[in-house]
Amino acid sequence: MENAFTIAAYVVAGVLFILSLGGLSGQESAKRAVWYGIVGMALAVFATLVGPGAGLWLLSLVLIAAGGIIGYYVAMRVQMTEMPQLVAAMHSLVGLAAVFVGFNAEMTINLVEAAKAAGDTVEGAFAQLVYKKQPIEISILKVELALGIWIGAVTFTGSVIAYGKLAGKVTSAATKLPGGHALNAAAALLSLVCLVWYLSSGAMIPLLILTLAALFIGYHLIMGIGGADMPVVVSMLNSYSGWAAAAIGFSLGNDLLIVVGALVGSSGAILSYIMCKAMNRSFISVILGGFGGTAGPAMEVEGEQIAIEADGVATALDEADSIVIIPGYGMAVAQAQQNVAELTRRLRAKGKEVRFAIHPVAGRLPGHMNVLLAEAKVPYDIVLEMDEINDDFPDTDVAIVIGSNDIVNPAAQEDPNSPIAGMPVLECWKAKQVFVSKRGQGTGYSGIENPLFFKENTRMFYGDAKASLDKLLTMID
Amino acid sequence: MKIGTPKEVFEGEARVAMTPDSARQLQKLGYECAIETGAGAAAGFSDETYKEAGVEIIKTPAALYKDVDIVAKVRQPNATELKRLSQGKTLISFFNPAGNEEGMELAKTKKANVIAMEMVPRISRAQKMDALSSMANIAGYRAVIEAGNNYGRFFTGQITAAGKVPPAKVLVVGAGVAGLAAIGASTSLGAITYAFDVRPEVAEQVQSMGAEFVYLDFEEEQQDGAATGGYASVQSEEFRNAQLAKFREIAPDIDIVITTALIPNRPAPKLWLEDMVAAMKPGSVIVDLAAERGGNVEGTVADEKIVTENGVTIIGYTDFPSRMAAQSSMLYATNIRHMMADLTPEKDGQINHDMEDDVIRGATVTYDGEITFPPPPPKVQAIAAKPKAEVKELTPEEKKAAEAAAFKAETRQQVILLAAGAALILGVGLIPNMPASFMQHFIVFVLSVFIGFQVIWNVAHSLHTPLMAVTNAISSIIILGALIQIGSGGFLVVVLAALSVFMAGINIFGGFLVTRRMLAMFQKS
Repeated sequence: MENAFTIAAYVVAGVLFILSLGGLSGQESAKRAVWYGIVGMALAVFATLVGPGAGLWLLSLVLIAAGGIIGYYVAMRVQMTEMPQLVAAMHSLVGLAAVFVGFNAEMTINLVEAAKAAGDTVEGAFAQLVYKKQPIEISILKVELALGIWIGAVTFTGSVIAYGKLAGKVTSAATKLPGGHALNAAAALLSLVCLVWYLSSGAMIPLLILTLAALFIGYHLIMGIGGADMPVVVSMLNSYSGWAAAAIGFSLGNDLLIVVGALVGSSGAILSYIMCKAMNRSFISVILGGFGGTAGPAMEVEGEQIAIEADGVATALDEADSIVIIPGYGMAVAQAQQNVAELTRRLRAKGKEVRFAIHPVAGRLPGHMNVLLAEAKVPYDIVLEMDEINDDFPDTDVAIVIGSNDIVNPAAQEDPNSPIAGMPVLECWKAKQVFVSKRGQGTGYSGIENPLFFKENTRMFYGDAKASLDKLLTMID
Repeated sequence: MKIGTPKEVFEGEARVAMTPDSARQLQKLGYECAIETGAGAAAGFSDETYKEAGVEIIKTPAALYKDVDIVAKVRQPNATELKRLSQGKTLISFFNPAGNEEGMELAKTKKANVIAMEMVPRISRAQKMDALSSMANIAGYRAVIEAGNNYGRFFTGQITAAGKVPPAKVLVVGAGVAGLAAIGASTSLGAITYAFDVRPEVAEQVQSMGAEFVYLDFEEEQQDGAATGGYASVQSEEFRNAQLAKFREIAPDIDIVITTALIPNRPAPKLWLEDMVAAMKPGSVIVDLAAERGGNVEGTVADEKIVTENGVTIIGYTDFPSRMAAQSSMLYATNIRHMMADLTPEKDGQINHDMEDDVIRGATVTYDGEITFPPPPPKVQAIAAKPKAEVKELTPEEKKAAEAAAFKAETRQQVILLAAGAALILGVGLIPNMPASFMQHFIVFVLSVFIGFQVIWNVAHSLHTPLMAVTNAISSIIILGALIQIGSGGFLVVVLAALSVFMAGINIFGGFLVTRRMLAMFQKS
C-alpha cells in the first residue's frame, strides 16, 4: 500500500470518477464522461494489480474477464424497459461483494493476530497492514468492517427483492410480515448487540448473526414498499452500495474506495431526495412503506368517464397544433415507446408541435421514461421536465396521457384531504383536450380516484397502450 | 328489439327521427330498424337509401306501431298515435309533458314508456342527446337566413364603384344556444352584431362569437345563472326597466332583431315592445324565435310573417328546424341514437330502462303505468363551477419581501446544516484515542461526500438512469478490496475474494456498457 505509484494512480482515477459523474449534466458531455469512468476504473484496477501485495493476478484477470463477458452479454441483451431490474440486480452484486470482502478482512485479522501471538510474520499487503496496527486501530477496523458487512448485506437482499418486484417475480404490492416495522427495529437492535459482542469477543459467530439480521432487514424493508415507490428504493439501494464500499474502504485503508463509495453514496442519496420531493413525501414515509392515512374524506368525484375510439383521437390530433404527451409506467409495461415515437414523428412531419412532459417519478427508475424515449429515437430536446412544461398546458391543444395516473391527478392540488395532496403533478387538465390511454377503469398505484378522468375535456382511450396506438397510427399518415 | 320511425303527421313537419346513418349506428347497438314508407322523403331521404342501410320499409303506420318495440319520432304524438302504443313499448319523442296532461294520461293507460326528448337534463354528459340544443342551434342559424331573406340589403358593409353600403346591424336578444348560433351566423355574414342576455356571465361567450355584448347601466347583485341550471330566470322590475330603456335607446339603429328569450315553464317575456318596433327603420326585420310561447315581440303572430305599418317585417315562424329538415333530421336522429346508446349499455339490442340513471330518469315521463313527471332534481348538479375567489396579485414590495424571507430561510437552513455537520465531524475528532490514520481517511471521506453532493445536483433529470448505471459500475471499485485480499490469507479468503472479483467484473463491464448504450440513444432533433 506504500507504493507511491499506486497512490498516484488512485488520485488520477478519483479525479476521473468525479469528472465522469459531473459530465452527466448534459447529454453530449455525458457521452464523453462515461469514458472518463472507464479509464478511471481501468487505471485503478491496473494500479492495484501491479501494486504491492496483489497476488494471484493471473487468476484475478481471468475472473475479471469472465465477469466482463457476462456483463457484456447482459448489457447488450437487456431491453430498455428492463433497466430498473438490471440496475437493481447489479446493486445486489456490489452488496454481496462488500459482504465477502468484509468477511475476508475479519478472517485476515484473526490470521494476523494468530501470527502475532506466534511471533510469525505474515504475507500479503493487507495482512501486513493489519500487522502494524495498534489494538485501538484494530477495534476501529472491526467497527468499520462490521458496518461494511451490514450495509452490504442490506443492499444485497434489498436489491434482490427490488429486482424481483421490478421483474414481476415478486408481488409488487407492499407486503409485511406480522409485526411490521417492529421486526426491522428488532433486527437492527440485534445487529447492534452483535456488534458489541463481536468487538468484545472477536468471535465469528456474532458477525454471522449480524449478517443474517442485516439480510433480513434488507428483505423485509423492501418487501414492505410498493411498486410505484421503486424509484426511491432503487436510488436508495444505489446509495447503500456506495456507503458499503466506503465502509470497506475504511477498513482496508484504501482511499480510492472511500472516495468512490462516498461519491456513489451521496449520488444515490440525492436521487432519493429528488424522488421523494417529486412525490411530496418524506424519505421516512416512503421507507416505512405505503401511503399514509388521509386527513379526511376524499372529495366527491362528479361526472363520468367518457370513452373515445381511435378515430376520435385521430381527428382531434389532426386538428391540434400543439400536443403534449405524458408517458408513465404503463407505456413501459406495454412496450409502447416505439409506437409513441412513431406517432411523434408523423405528427411532427405534419408541422405540429409535439413535446413530452416527464414527471420525476414516472416509471420505476429515476429518468426511466427519458431512456425509453431515447431508445425509440425521440429527440431529447422535445422531452421536457415537469417544471419546464407545466405552464404551457393552457396553450396546449391536446394532452395525451399514456399509462400514467397519479402524476396527473388534479386531486393533489384541489383536494386537501387527498393522500397525495401537495404532490407536484403535471397539470395536463388545463389543456384544451386530454386523452387518457389506459387499460381499464381502475385506480393508480396509490389506489385513489383520479378526477382527471371525469373532467369534461377528458376522453378515455381504453385498451392496452400499444394496441391502442397501433390502431391510432393506422389513421394518421 | 326493433326500433321504428313513422312518418310525421303534424302539418308541414318535414323532419324524420331516423336517418340511414343513424340506422346503421343503431344496428351496431343490436337493434333492427324499420321505417314507415316515405317517412324521410320530406327531409331528402328516400326509401331506397334506407333500404341500403338495412332498414325495413313498412307500408302503414298501424303496421309499424304493431311491429316495433321502440318508436322514435319528432313531434309530440297525437291521440291516434298514442292509442297505437301498448304495454312494454317505448316512445321517444318531443312530448311537451308540462302542457300535455291528456297525452301522459293516455300513455299511462296504455302502459307505454315515454321518453320526452325536451326533458333530457342539461348536464354535460347528456349534451349528446340534448335535442333542444341541437334544434335551437338550427333555429338560430335559420333565423338569420330568414331575416336575410326578408331584409333588402347586404349584411356586410362594402365600398363599391356604385356606392357605399353600410353593414347591417343585428341585435340578438338571449344568448342561449339559439342566440349564439344566430350570433355566429350573423357575424360570419359580415353584420355588426350586438347581443344581450340577462345572464352577465355569458358576455364572454358572446364576445368569443364575435358579437358585442350590450351592458346595462344597472347596479344589482345578479343571480348567478349557473345556480338555475344554466337557464335564465325571471328578472326584477327595476332590471326589466333598465333593459327596456336600453333597447329603446338602440332600436332606431338596429336593422335586424332576433329574439330568443325563453324562461323555462313560463310564457316568453315581452322584451321588444310596440314603441321599439315603431322606432325601427322601414325595411327592418324582426325574427321572433319565441313565437311558439307567445313571442318576445309585441305584434308577433305565431307561424306567420307580418309587416307593420311602418314597414317592419316581423317573422313568427315556429318551424325553423323543419325548414332545414335534412340537417335537423340528421342531428335529431343522432340525439336519438345517443339516447338509445345510453338505454343499451350492453349493446345487445335490449333496452335497459334504468330509472336510477339521472338522464334517463329525467327524460322519462311515463313508465310502467305510472306518470313520472316532473322528475326529481338530478343528483349531479353544477353545470358551471362556482367562480373561484381570485388570487390576489402581489405588489412589488410584497414580492420583494417574500423573496427576502425566502433567502433568509435558505441561509438559515444552510447555516444549521453546516453547523450540524461541523459539530458531527468535530465530535468524531474529540473521541479519545482516535488514531490519526483513521482521521486521514475520514477527511477524504467527508470531502468526497461533499464533492459528490456538489456534482450530482447538476446532473440532468433526463440522465438519472444513466447516472444510476454509471454509479453502479464505479461502485464495483470494491474490486480493489478483493484484489488486495486475494493474495493474502487462507483458502476461504481466496475463494471469497475471487467470487467478489468475479461479481465486480460483471458489474464493471455491464454497468459501463449499458450506460454507453443508453447515452448513445440520446439524440438531438
